[in-house]
Amino acid sequence: MKKQIMQGNAAIARAASDAGVSVAAAYPGTPSSEILRDIANTYPEVYAEWAPNEKVALEVVSGASFAGARALACMKHVGLNVAADPLMTLAYTGVKGGLVILVADDPYSHSSQNEQDSRNWTRFGKVPMLEPGDSQECYDFMREAFDLSERFDTPVLVRSETRVSHSDTVVELGEPLEQTKPVGLDKKEWQKYVMVPMNVRAARIRVEERIRKLETYADEFKCNEMEIKDTKIGFIASGVTYNCTKDIFPEWSSLKLGMVWPLPKKMIAEFFNKVEKVVIVEELDPFFETEIRAMGYKPFHGKDVIPTMYELTPDIIEKSLKGSEYKAPEIRVKPEDLPRRPPNLCVGCSHRPLFYALNKLGAFVFGDIGCYTLAAAPPLSAIHTTVCMGAGVAQAHGAMKALGKEALGKVCSVLGDSTFLHNGLTPLMDIVYNKGNATTIVVDNRITGMTGHQEHPGTGFTIRGEPTNMVDYEEIGRALGVKSIRKVDPYKINETMEALQEEMDKDEPSLVLCVDSPCMLLRREKRQFEHSLYTIDADKCRGCKVCLNISCPAISWRENAGETIDGHKRKGIVYINPDQCVGCQVCQQLCKFEAINPVTQ
Amino acid sequence: MKKNGKVTNIFLSGVGGQGAILASNILGEAFLNAGYDVKKAEVHGMAQRGGDVTTHFRCGKKVYSPLIKQGDVEFLISFELLEAIRYINWVKPEGKIIINNQTVFPPAVNLGLMEYPKGVDVTFKKYFKDNVHIIDGQDIARNLGNLQAANVVIVGAFSSFFPELKEELFVEAIKTLLAPKLHDLNIRAFYEGKKAMEHNV
Repeated sequence: MKKQIMQGNAAIARAASDAGVSVAAAYPGTPSSEILRDIANTYPEVYAEWAPNEKVALEVVSGASFAGARALACMKHVGLNVAADPLMTLAYTGVKGGLVILVADDPYSHSSQNEQDSRNWTRFGKVPMLEPGDSQECYDFMREAFDLSERFDTPVLVRSETRVSHSDTVVELGEPLEQTKPVGLDKKEWQKYVMVPMNVRAARIRVEERIRKLETYADEFKCNEMEIKDTKIGFIASGVTYNCTKDIFPEWSSLKLGMVWPLPKKMIAEFFNKVEKVVIVEELDPFFETEIRAMGYKPFHGKDVIPTMYELTPDIIEKSLKGSEYKAPEIRVKPEDLPRRPPNLCVGCSHRPLFYALNKLGAFVFGDIGCYTLAAAPPLSAIHTTVCMGAGVAQAHGAMKALGKEALGKVCSVLGDSTFLHNGLTPLMDIVYNKGNATTIVVDNRITGMTGHQEHPGTGFTIRGEPTNMVDYEEIGRALGVKSIRKVDPYKINETMEALQEEMDKDEPSLVLCVDSPCMLLRREKRQFEHSLYTIDADKCRGCKVCLNISCPAISWRENAGETIDGHKRKGIVYINPDQCVGCQVCQQLCKFEAINPVTQ
Repeated sequence: MKKNGKVTNIFLSGVGGQGAILASNILGEAFLNAGYDVKKAEVHGMAQRGGDVTTHFRCGKKVYSPLIKQGDVEFLISFELLEAIRYINWVKPEGKIIINNQTVFPPAVNLGLMEYPKGVDVTFKKYFKDNVHIIDGQDIARNLGNLQAANVVIVGAFSSFFPELKEELFVEAIKTLLAPKLHDLNIRAFYEGKKAMEHNV
């Protein structure tokens, strides 16, 4: 086969297709989102869907597995927390068709709310885990994972991470397998799949036997590789950390753990036997180190020098292991003196006027996961918490129960359409049921925005762009028992402020829906603005900087002392970049001096 | 490319929307088809929201780590001046640098809270002398009729560092990665970039 450069996620998608997967499901999450997109766009023989959340995704694919089909669920690390409920019991039922769960970690939290190490699920969940270190291994290990799953009757976890999923490396593909017709469901197997106590106890025995068999198999598993070079020193590592360490210490002996758990006990014994000093290099938690120490071995170095947080970049590995011999590179310019370039809400984004309004109202805003988290930063400063998908809705309720009537009018929660459907409905039901009075604001931009535009049950389209049924947010709110449901147009700042204040003041649950505010990057649906461009009237601008408070990428400050046509002294003037302005009219509504006007020709 | 089997380290930096990722994809195809192992890693989760974009690009006989160590960059390709100076410490003393002469203000500068760094070219020349090449990618692309092609102009300029790599490898990469209607523009951009480098040296 011809060699090609593939992104890790693309290699995972290809492996699923080549392994004969019939059903694949996911909820998007960086850095895992491209896998299902690639499957949907490239491999028409695989049924693919965006599920409303990761728990549903795993349940969908496990149903396919019970019917005998090979199946794949993909998620980011925090997604596995949501899917943990089915995972922990699927470990007991086992599988029929190969069942693989791809979980993508994000060390250094490039785009995540925490830095959890998914390797911990494998021992806890009693299911094996493989960890590829580049795109070739993504392809090869995924193929192995489906075979392992069927051979050992177990779900298999495959752990990726940002530097694997989002790296492009050379891949040589294998021979594709034909998708086979699933053997079908069998009622006689009920004792394997009905996890009532009696069957659970029988399954427990199978689970323990399986782990022992996997432990034995680990010693011959080809993804675990030992290389003896320098017998004085060697390292044990997995995934991309193996690759980074190998690069710095190419002369050292090495033991690469392609299977994170169960560990190859004989191989580890042999490695400690053949190599004098063994260093364990692992990102995040001391997972291998704890296990290997428990086996009675004493590593030369491990977490005594290697950090337990952030990415293990080659710099950090070298610095940790070379100690005083490490030579730091020359510092020519202090990067901390340079202006940062943090991401910002897009020009024309509907979140900007909404959060400006919330800021002006002085509300405490329980936020959520999505682009709108960017409104936490000054000058908008209008998101005050972000924990996990859907959390803000229940947190606003809890806070108001704690604070009583004095919190009325001052607290709300904000979450996106996709996040609301992921995990926002149950907490809203809770507010209604328990006679709460929190206000829930759904910013409906018609798409899952931050992860790069994935469809969801509220958009009216499937993952393959086919028109489908669509959630009606108003109907849902009503069905849950919300009496006060209100639509607002966030681009009309004063009206929005009034509406939000009224809803927050009410001593009952409120659901506010932001309408006609599609994501600015969405092509199929566009907000029609009255004018396409605004400009500053240099005769009138007093340089008061009020319009800078919305942090619009098109607006900048130009220091230049002068005065307005009617003689007001100013220190500078504001400039609107005509290449960027889309005419959303938000800045114009803030200007008290009529200095921002549409360009009409 | 090095004969001793050592890996070549190239670092690309820019602002979301400048096409830094396409540029690194062109390099990837060209080096792969020249027979090298290639690994590249990028952080682009929020690039569409105007954040910075960086790509670690490594090629050689066999590449392990996808990441370059700070101080080991042999070629810095930056599509924007601030995003060039931000990574000046990453470059080896004998490293070579190509910078697209463009300024994109970050939010703190737009808000008047911080100043955009002055004299980026002077700072680079202080440390890297004649190994610094500032290319007017925007002007060249504008003359070709499309500002979007500035990234490929820079790729063309960069290709001059590897005379042993045939031009066709880059041209083929452009054809593989871009829609047919964009081939002509980008191939011209590549050659204009290469030409600009010859004048620059």
